[in-house]
Amino acid sequence: MSWLLATPLALPFATAVLAFLLRHGPSGRWISLGGSVALLVVALVLMQAVLSEGVIAAQMGGWPAPFGITLVADLLSAVMVLITAIIAVAVAGYALVDADAEMERLGYHALFNVLIAGVVGAFITGDLFNLYVWFEVMLISSFGLLVLGGRPEQIDGGVKYVALNLVSTIMFLSGIGLLYGMTGALNLADLASAVDASDPALLTVVAVLFMIAFGVKAALFPLFFWLPASYHTPAFAVSAVFAGLLTKVGVYALMRMFTLVFDHDTSFTHSILLWVAALTMVTGVLGAAAQTDMRKILSFHIVSQIGYMIMGLALLTPLALVGAVFYLVHHIIVKANLFLIAGVAQRLTGSTELSRIGGLYKSAPLLAFLFFIPAFSLAGFPPLSGFWAKFLLVKAALDVEGWVIAAVALVVGLLTIYSMTKIWAAAFWEPHPDGMAPALTRLTASERGALLWPVAGLAAMTVMIGLMPEPFVAFAERAAAQLLDPQAYITAVLGDGS
Amino acid sequence: MEVLLALTIGTVTAAAVYLMLAGHMLRFIFGLVLISNAANLTIFLAGRLTEGAPPLIAEGADAPVAGVANALPQALVLTAIVIGFGLFAFAIVLVFRAWSALGTLNPDEMRLAEPRNEDAENQLSQEVKT
Repeated sequence: MSWLLATPLALPFATAVLAFLLRHGPSGRWISLGGSVALLVVALVLMQAVLSEGVIAAQMGGWPAPFGITLVADLLSAVMVLITAIIAVAVAGYALVDADAEMERLGYHALFNVLIAGVVGAFITGDLFNLYVWFEVMLISSFGLLVLGGRPEQIDGGVKYVALNLVSTIMFLSGIGLLYGMTGALNLADLASAVDASDPALLTVVAVLFMIAFGVKAALFPLFFWLPASYHTPAFAVSAVFAGLLTKVGVYALMRMFTLVFDHDTSFTHSILLWVAALTMVTGVLGAAAQTDMRKILSFHIVSQIGYMIMGLALLTPLALVGAVFYLVHHIIVKANLFLIAGVAQRLTGSTELSRIGGLYKSAPLLAFLFFIPAFSLAGFPPLSGFWAKFLLVKAALDVEGWVIAAVALVVGLLTIYSMTKIWAAAFWEPHPDGMAPALTRLTASERGALLWPVAGLAAMTVMIGLMPEPFVAFAERAAAQLLDPQAYITAVLGDGS
Repeated sequence: MEVLLALTIGTVTAAAVYLMLAGHMLRFIFGLVLISNAANLTIFLAGRLTEGAPPLIAEGADAPVAGVANALPQALVLTAIVIGFGLFAFAIVLVFRAWSALGTLNPDEMRLAEPRNEDAENQLSQEVKT
């Protein structure tokens, strides 16, 4: 099965090389789209294999675990790879129009595919140091994408993004060094049992180091300041893929490490996470309420939504983890979509600053409808996907009598509605301040196709998850069960002898 | 030897944190280079120190004799140095571009992407006038 785990990594790299070589012509964008579609097919095959055979693992280079590098996919990894591929297809389609000739010449499509490779690698690696390497792959390509074009605002946002992420990287590296010194292990499955022999107090210190390192990546309170400083500056096709995927790699890493390795003192580590989750939700949503630019509002909402996922991890009950997994999948689709829609709105009205735009509901009702679905799914309106995600998490909190965190989750949901209605009122309902009519016919037919099909596809998925949540919840239940009882994961990597 | 190396790591980290908090992006980069070397030394130290015992396998044998140096941390440090080199090269060029585009390297004054409220209002009202 090793090809099945190696292909999702090899494909984006091969696509990146081809796209780089052909960056001076228009063919690069089609290669990028083709590579993303191929990745989606492989991700579906991988998902099918994991569903039917359970956790699958492959030892790279034939070195047996725990000595070599292991690639491993359980249900959580498989669904993350699948959702990454879905976002890659949507954004590659959107970028057919959104990435201009200058961006293409500078290698947008190559960087985009390397970014996807880094994200996929982080999801399916079973080795801690290898996870660090994939984080770096992801980081260096995201640096490139963020400052591509080199407008002064991009440079300004880029400096802050680069500085804080490099600090987090060094924290991560130190954590790996200390953990290796204590246990002599780097393989995640091997670490799960190797940490039992070490001093629990020392282990907690290392756990907090990892919490800080991944907390920066995931944009947790109080480490999120790089995100609203930079996410509104690059091209829309860049910020959509950032918004959808990058912080979620941090969330995934936290979920993996704090269920598999650092579960020795959950009353300490997971209570910190619970506090952090509550503060992340509140500061994110309040930050959003103070903003007047569409992309800045949406950036702060990424922060507040990350809080919900961490809340699921912190509660660590089966239902809470089901909620966290469900939330993760729902959120990636919705968030990427909202940034794509902001891009269309900017094209039609000329800005994303709410005081300068308007009239979209009257002139472009289709766009208004497409915005309505993800925006109110994010806020948690039934029957959209966000309602079920929030419902599961609040139910999980009430089950363990976490009244405060449940109340915070509900109030933050209400405040999210406030921000979404602010965008809805200013950009869609009110007339445009210059009296223009921002109809979709201002775009050419091919622009409309490339920009609106990805948006419509992602919105359809949101509605589908909302209307028939049962199969998705059942899937999340299986994925959460694997996280809570990692024996299948460990056996798949280390063999039956462990 | 362990104590000496641990003290070195502590000193380098302290110097790096001082530089990173100095409110100047160029010093921040220097601090980052220093602290990443502290992290590399941490990994090196975590692999335990040995003296004069290279991890070589004698001719005809399958495994090295016991007590040789641990080669894995050295491989990890090498990887981290190579990656760090690339990242720092990028970061230095970015800081140079920031200096030419924004005219300052004081992070408190780099407010183009996040203007203060009064600046943003001034900008808006000026655009309305013109």
